[in-house]
Amino acid sequence: MKRLATLCLVLAVAGLSVFVWITRPQGLDAAQAAGLESGGDAARGEIVFHAGGCASCHVKPGETDRKKLGGGLALKTEFGTFIAPNISSHKSDGIGAWSVADLANAMQRGVSPKGEHYYPAFPYTTYAHARIEDIRDLMAYLRTLPAVEGKAPAHDLPFPFSIRRFVGVWKVLFLDTQPIVADASRTEAWNRGRYLADALGHCAECHSPRNILGGIISAQRYAGGPDPEGRGWVPNITAKGLGSWSKADVSELLATGFTPDFDSVGSSMADVVKNMAALSKADRDAMADYLKSLPAVDGPAKPPKK
Amino acid sequence: MFRGLIIATALVAGLSSVAAVAQNNVIAERQQLMKGLGQAGRAPAAMLKGEQAFDLAAVQTTLKTFADSAKKAPTLFPAGTETGNETAALPKVWSDKADFEAKWAKFAADAEAAQGAIKDEASFKATFPNVVRACGGCHEGYRAKKN
Repeated sequence: MKRLATLCLVLAVAGLSVFVWITRPQGLDAAQAAGLESGGDAARGEIVFHAGGCASCHVKPGETDRKKLGGGLALKTEFGTFIAPNISSHKSDGIGAWSVADLANAMQRGVSPKGEHYYPAFPYTTYAHARIEDIRDLMAYLRTLPAVEGKAPAHDLPFPFSIRRFVGVWKVLFLDTQPIVADASRTEAWNRGRYLADALGHCAECHSPRNILGGIISAQRYAGGPDPEGRGWVPNITAKGLGSWSKADVSELLATGFTPDFDSVGSSMADVVKNMAALSKADRDAMADYLKSLPAVDGPAKPPKK
Repeated sequence: MFRGLIIATALVAGLSSVAAVAQNNVIAERQQLMKGLGQAGRAPAAMLKGEQAFDLAAVQTTLKTFADSAKKAPTLFPAGTETGNETAALPKVWSDKADFEAKWAKFAADAEAAQGAIKDEASFKATFPNVVRACGGCHEGYRAKKN
């Protein structure tokens, strides 16, 4: 009997150790992070900034200057309310004291400088595929932006989502850190578009349905689904949804927000358009090129009309 | 007594379904108005992109539709029409009504000012995009995403 109790205890400790080991926040390799601190190009970083859509979440609601990244936007989800933090160049309230490696760990592995997990409301699942040079350039640009005082409030999450350690389990299941490899059989524009959409623009983060754990259902990537922010339905942007659109139509929507029917996109997509409008037309055309190549996939069924 | 109760219940049910129909009608009416705005905008949008020849009269007709619809629109969001009939209107329409109505008023004023300002293709290309910026500016806060 006593032996059984000992065995149970040993197994429990072993299990816990394995859990702790598997769910530990893992940053980039030291080798990857080395030598990043210098050489960033702020002009190129500005393109990364717009393509990555940083302003959409990190500009304080109501603030019209999209370079003031004081944070505070609330993302209401079924897991609780996430609040975007201050990522301005403020030394203590923002990320002004961060190294490039800190930013790379945050954006590409979801790990904070203190070694904690970030929640995947921050789309590091997408940024993980980016080139590390782009993160370095982005940091060079972020450092040119104004310092905004004031920390954003903490997330408001119910148990068990309030336990950050569990994000480690989520990462094992859903975080893929493979860089995007160019497809030699496609054009340069298509590859650029894919990179912009899948490594920076994080289109699929909203335009895909998610499972009950909040992971993207990969078979239905880009096939749309219920709006994770609540009311509404995110459109299917595979050929199933955009079949009748030309590439020029997709590029035009990214530039102005207008559909071929001269309808105008709503909700947070209107803000995404502000980011896309700041890119070059060549980049918008490249994204259109890639998005128009997505094969038709049926999304989840819409609820019946009420 | 019992019969009275049945009649009363039937009356209440009847009245509330009449009210529901009226609400659905208002929602359908504003959806129609929005569709009309989109339709009116199509020709000028094609002119901007160079897919269609510039036509001053057509642009003026569009601007008149914009101004007239923008004046009517705020009356089509009465209390009680927050949900139902696939409305894509977000709750903010009602919780921030003053801003919502101010945005419509600005759109109406901009469309009317553009009627005077647009005299040729050059003034059209300079002015029209600013007028239709109102669409995204308002949809951002007040309309849900939809397929």
